[in-house]
Amino acid sequence: MTDQNTIRWDQDENGIVTLTLDDPSQRANTMSGAYQASMKAAVDRLYAEKDSVTGVVITSGKDTFFAGGDLKLLSQVTDENAAEFLAGVTAIKADLRRLETLGRPVVAALNGAALGGGLEIALACHHRIALDNPKAQFGLPEVTLGLLPGGGGVTRIVRLLGLADGLMKVLLQGTRFKTADALSVGIVDEIAATPQEMLDKARDWIVANPEAVQPWDAPGYRMPGGAPSNPKVAGMLPAFPANLRKQLKGAPMPAPHHIMCAAVEGATVDIDTAFAVEGRYFVNLAKGQTAKNMIQAFWFDLNSINAGGSRPEGFAPRPAEKVAVLGAGMMGAGIAYVSARAGIDVVLKDVSLEAAEKGKAYSQKLLDKAVGRGSMTEAKREEILARITPTADYADLAGCDLVVEAVFENVALKHEVFGQAEPVVNADALLGSNTSTLPITGLAEGVQRKQDFIGLHFFSPVDKMPLLEIIRGEQTTDAALARALDYAAQIKKTPIVVNDSRGFFTSRVIGTFVNEALAMLGEGIAPATIEQATTQAGYPVGALQLADELNMELFLKIRNETRAALEAAGRSHPRHPAEQVVEKMVELGRAGRLRGAGFFDYDENGKRTGLWPGLAEVFPIAGDPGAVDLTELEERMLVIEAVESARCVEEGVIVQTADANIGSIMGIGFPPWTGGVLQYINGYPGGVAAFVARADQFADKYGERFTPNPLLRKKAENGETF
Amino acid sequence: MTEAFVYDAVRTPRGRGKATGSLHGTKPVSLVVGLIDEVQKRNPGLDPAQIEDVILGVVSPVGEQGADIARTAALAAGLETSGAGFQLNRFCASGLEAVNIAAQKVRSGWEDLILAGGVESMSRVPMGSDGGPWAMDPETAYATSFVPQGVSADLIATMEGFSRDDVDLYAAESQTRAGKAIANGAFNRSLVPVVDINGQVVLDHDEFPRPGTTPESLGGLKPSFAGIGDMGGFDAVALQKYHWVEKINHVHTPGNSSGIVDGASLMIIGSEQAGAAMGLTPRARVVATGVVGTEPTIMLTGPAPSARKALAKAGMTADQIDLFEVNEAFAAVVMKFMRDMDVPHEKINVNGGAIALGHPLGATGAMILGTVIDELERRDQRFGLATLCVGGGMGVATIVERL
Repeated sequence: MTDQNTIRWDQDENGIVTLTLDDPSQRANTMSGAYQASMKAAVDRLYAEKDSVTGVVITSGKDTFFAGGDLKLLSQVTDENAAEFLAGVTAIKADLRRLETLGRPVVAALNGAALGGGLEIALACHHRIALDNPKAQFGLPEVTLGLLPGGGGVTRIVRLLGLADGLMKVLLQGTRFKTADALSVGIVDEIAATPQEMLDKARDWIVANPEAVQPWDAPGYRMPGGAPSNPKVAGMLPAFPANLRKQLKGAPMPAPHHIMCAAVEGATVDIDTAFAVEGRYFVNLAKGQTAKNMIQAFWFDLNSINAGGSRPEGFAPRPAEKVAVLGAGMMGAGIAYVSARAGIDVVLKDVSLEAAEKGKAYSQKLLDKAVGRGSMTEAKREEILARITPTADYADLAGCDLVVEAVFENVALKHEVFGQAEPVVNADALLGSNTSTLPITGLAEGVQRKQDFIGLHFFSPVDKMPLLEIIRGEQTTDAALARALDYAAQIKKTPIVVNDSRGFFTSRVIGTFVNEALAMLGEGIAPATIEQATTQAGYPVGALQLADELNMELFLKIRNETRAALEAAGRSHPRHPAEQVVEKMVELGRAGRLRGAGFFDYDENGKRTGLWPGLAEVFPIAGDPGAVDLTELEERMLVIEAVESARCVEEGVIVQTADANIGSIMGIGFPPWTGGVLQYINGYPGGVAAFVARADQFADKYGERFTPNPLLRKKAENGETF
Repeated sequence: MTEAFVYDAVRTPRGRGKATGSLHGTKPVSLVVGLIDEVQKRNPGLDPAQIEDVILGVVSPVGEQGADIARTAALAAGLETSGAGFQLNRFCASGLEAVNIAAQKVRSGWEDLILAGGVESMSRVPMGSDGGPWAMDPETAYATSFVPQGVSADLIATMEGFSRDDVDLYAAESQTRAGKAIANGAFNRSLVPVVDINGQVVLDHDEFPRPGTTPESLGGLKPSFAGIGDMGGFDAVALQKYHWVEKINHVHTPGNSSGIVDGASLMIIGSEQAGAAMGLTPRARVVATGVVGTEPTIMLTGPAPSARKALAKAGMTADQIDLFEVNEAFAAVVMKFMRDMDVPHEKINVNGGAIALGHPLGATGAMILGTVIDELERRDQRFGLATLCVGGGMGVATIVERL
């Protein structure tokens, strides 16, 4: 804490005081101790000099208005300091409450982003004017970090927008709004074109509204849409928690739950009591493990990755200018699209021009949709499309400084296309392969410049999935890695960097999860239970549904390749109990959605219609399905992925913990509440030692695949985390 | 041990529970006063000064059913210095719970003469008027996996494998039985017409039944709970708990669920000594009672365990019971009871049930207990059992012996 003043005070000749938030010690304003003291002093002074004050404008001296809470501080809340933390939060809210009840108009002049605490300050003002700044975002994204807007945000949003809109539009999703959207949703009142206009409008509003009070402090105030006592709202109320359970699929996400509770309970009482209720739920979240997990992953880990945490130092940025995409199938088409959208010229190569054009048509389809939605101009669409050149001729790859190969998962084929492409592209072009499982070092055998060869593992669908798994082969240089990371930044993908291994990190880890779920089916667990266990653990879709999507013939192919490779290396391949399930399903001609039949039935349009009734005969349910310990099933899936990730760390596949955490959440659907695979171990109830004990239990009960590796045991013994 | 005897059992007819229903213009307190007057008229020896308590079940005890309507009705009926009263809420079993508490008071020897029953004017005080945290407080509803009863009933049907045809077949039979019972005068002894202040009859018969109902005519009705199950998120809530069930088959409709009606019921419960002193003739003995809590999301599976509990207390087995009344909240509830207890349909709800006659929430329990006593008399049989499923996952049962 510091006593440094973070708020400047300027008063003009008309008595209007402008408070400029400008923390001299930081690039952005946050709810630091210094802010708290400064705001208190500013409000004290406003009250002391009230007779000479005609109104207040709050603005910022930074690019952004205000960045929000101090997450480092927030992630340190425990049972021991919870009371102290609550007192601090309460004091911050009390000063904002004093500000809005000053008896003088208070206007927020939002020169830039106001997220979280920033918007909460603005909500305590009587009027909000935003500068038309394309970079600015407004919203209360606390829920995405496992928190709630505890600076009065829940309480004021509900009073401003009503329960339904407040929860659905702002609070539960944590949506970040662009300026125009913030206006239409109602959290911003006016937009100004220039900073000067913004301040002029603020002063004009003060002059025009000398008696301004908050709507909720005005006599006769009625909550938009009605308070919970309103019969119409009361009739809808029971569906709020039910729909939340439905949306969360039963995943343990306390933040949206607490937000809903604080919103509804707060709406039934006066504003000061509502603040107190909000405060209780806020503290409960802050001191809990889920918020710590999510802050670690989505703030610290993600920021470290986005700041180039894995990028070797000493290499000047070298963005790609022209990329050769080899193979215009689904992945290649997607890679071409994201590259062209990022302003990179693309040569999309397939065996025939027709196939290449089909790949380009994918971009056309996505861009047409964007134009149809009104989010893109026709000119922009044409500009992007013009960057993609479909071809069947290797000669057209001339001038490319990056190759992304996306042909079938076959080593010989990949060697062949690189053999053709390498001599044509630039002599120093980065050579990337979008393989999801084949070891990079082996693939590099097919090129001359092994030092420039690297894995660029995209996820499907490429335009939607945010992750890029970058794989270093044995001979890949730091320079090549730096260029790959520059490309990731260009196409706005979040990169993780891993070292070579079969399945790298993501494919290897997700495989353990799917296998665990399939093993359960073989044990006689009801298929619906497996799906519920998966989604209630927090995974996005049920494991059986995922297996159908991924296709079990592919599982067998990967299993066979892995087995062959292990046997070639003189090692044995331990049989996993999932294998008999996969073999049986493939034998029955039910390999997945692609076959029109898997664990689920599909109609003629490929739409999933329900679990295949025949499953009950092939894999009979053992015992009373209601007696199953669902929590144990959930944990088996989480624990096996975490154990495998710990092995990846020990084997050097994973270098940075952040890469494992973010890669697991963004790439393979590991539940966000865990903070990622390694954070799950760190935050396991009872710590790493308790995690190891649990894994040992599972090893005894289900097999050696759960046995913790030496690194994990060492960390448990030494009380260390990842 | 003092025995608790049933000396009389009366009820109002059941009026359709909407503005066009015949009892919509009659206040709930008036329904009860009419019955208190009637039991005094029917039992001239009954000394009003000896009535120690009036217990009424009410499920929505607010507004004109609020503020201890039991004492209010006693006062309105002229029981000024006797007839203390209290209202209780055990959701749908409130009326039976009132009788059970009265019987327990009498059997304890601490009180001797009690009026017990229930009242619900669903057309005037709609279901849910009293709110409550179970459904209305998100924290509580989330933690307890609250779903509306219809979703629970559909979950029972799904898990038991009852198809839409099965439940419609059951419902049509309920209508057929109710029609025959009315034609045969099976309800005549208990049914007390509702009259207005001028003595004019407002309603003298149950007006909910639909004679001529067939499984086919019911088959055209739309499921009542598919919409809220999906849009309201409640199917998901239920399935997260009943994780081995893939999806809920929504089979219940207005045609195979209990009807919304207005009505009241009242019994005289007293000790042998108190009855004898006033020259009252006992009709039945309360043999045993049972109340259980069950899993609240599937909610409506309480009848069988509560019946088992009462049977165990009485040292009896189900096959010793001659007639059962199992409240027809939803067809699947009764069908599951028959399956769980291995009781043939011939012994259950022989005069139809709430699907045909309606379910005036707080009043129903004492009504169906009266129905079973009447029918034991008509058939010259001995033991009867009445039970109801209850919101929040409960069940209440009462065993009576005809005297």
